[in-house]
Amino acid sequence: MMSVSSCVHLKEYQKNRINDAEMALGNRKVEKNELNFQSYREAASGANAGKTGGGCGCN
Amino acid sequence: MIGFSLLCRLNVSAQTKQDSLPQTTGISLFKPIGQPEPSEYHPRGLHIDEINLVSSYYWQNGDHSAVTGGIGTEKVTDISNGLDLKMVWGDPKVKQNSLTVGIGFDHHTSASAAYVNLSGASNTGGSRIYPSIDWTTENIKRGSSFGIGAYYSGEYNYQSLGADVHFSQKTADKNGEFTAKVQAYFDQVKMIYPSEFIPQSTSTVVTSASGTGEGHKANIPSSPRNTYSASLGYSQVINSRMQVMFLVDGVAQNGYLGLPFHRVYFNTGKDTIEHLPSSRFKLPVGVRLNYFLGDNIILRSYYRYYRDSWGVKSNTVGLETAIKLTPFFSISPFYRYYDQTAAKYFAPYEAHSPTDEYYTSNYEYAQFHANFYGVGFRVAPPKGVFGWQNLHDLELRYGHYSQTTDLVSNVVSLSLGFK
Repeated sequence: MMSVSSCVHLKEYQKNRINDAEMALGNRKVEKNELNFQSYREAASGANAGKTGGGCGCN
Repeated sequence: MIGFSLLCRLNVSAQTKQDSLPQTTGISLFKPIGQPEPSEYHPRGLHIDEINLVSSYYWQNGDHSAVTGGIGTEKVTDISNGLDLKMVWGDPKVKQNSLTVGIGFDHHTSASAAYVNLSGASNTGGSRIYPSIDWTTENIKRGSSFGIGAYYSGEYNYQSLGADVHFSQKTADKNGEFTAKVQAYFDQVKMIYPSEFIPQSTSTVVTSASGTGEGHKANIPSSPRNTYSASLGYSQVINSRMQVMFLVDGVAQNGYLGLPFHRVYFNTGKDTIEHLPSSRFKLPVGVRLNYFLGDNIILRSYYRYYRDSWGVKSNTVGLETAIKLTPFFSISPFYRYYDQTAAKYFAPYEAHSPTDEYYTSNYEYAQFHANFYGVGFRVAPPKGVFGWQNLHDLELRYGHYSQTTDLVSNVVSLSLGFK
């Protein structure tokens, strides 16, 4: 959060690059099942707006 | 495919009713194509905003199955299909509601599941179905949203019920956003034991983890597993080319956290069932940073640090470069590095002592590092993919994954977005 104070305040019309579909900060839908298999095969999960545990036979 | 069938029906309906659909009120299935947007916004009736279909095929191989105590085949195949349908209503300039319903269906085969019964005769196939629903109301003027969701997942040896409440608030200048979510899962693990641990006096012997084999109609007891999580996020636009997001989750689990058909072989040669603590706390912290380089390249990066109360510490680094060959077609090579330390309770085949309090030979808890790399393609032309206006975007992605435990896997996914 340190950099927040030095951010530029953009108007909506200045966000054409920020609003590009491939600039989205979340997981893309096509990645859904990749995250799923990783949660089965790896002990770590979470902090990726995806699964954090529970909901299936994985931990 | 259920998704394709539903989409075709909806599209046919939208096209046949195009001229008669009301523009501002009532229930419509699709926004009519090729008509200009109204110059003034008014509340709109319930209508379908988007439909997403994701299908994947996954296959893996390895030699450390937990069913056979850390040795033996890990050959798995899995095919999964998920369909999300998002409906919205309200005024998109003032306050808008959305209702998203989803349904997913997986079918897998697992070679090691055959050895739940020592004879190797147990069923190796299984299916999972997982419907979900989410309602979100968004106050556009205030930049805030609130929503609730619920989900179910059912497979032969595992049932789960989950729910969440989520909230978001944008900063006054709309360049930052805070998100919060609390979530709970209430799961039931069916106690299906390896065949050698079922007393001979038991009238019904259940030795299949997948449901269609012998004894599948028996009333098998279950044990609960509960998961509670709180997730916080903050995203910020740094400048016209860069934005960043910070994520943190706190996750608490209690109940039966192992699986009853996972064997452990002690250093005495005797086998038993894995035994893990009945609680676990996880703390992952992540950051994403995306940067638009020049006019055609987008760099996406991700880092996560994770640790939990079972002694696992982990780092994850993800890098992806989206190269826009045209404004509507991009190719995205990606790479992900992952490492973890072993859980306190892990030891390989015949390494645990019978005096250990907890024990598992599940290589999910072993020390290893992993590489995952591949490439994705995205097509989103303004006139629709293949000239089909409703097919807004198509993504195809392939990845190859390898662990230092010798587990290797491949996954190919297709995502279709309809508007």
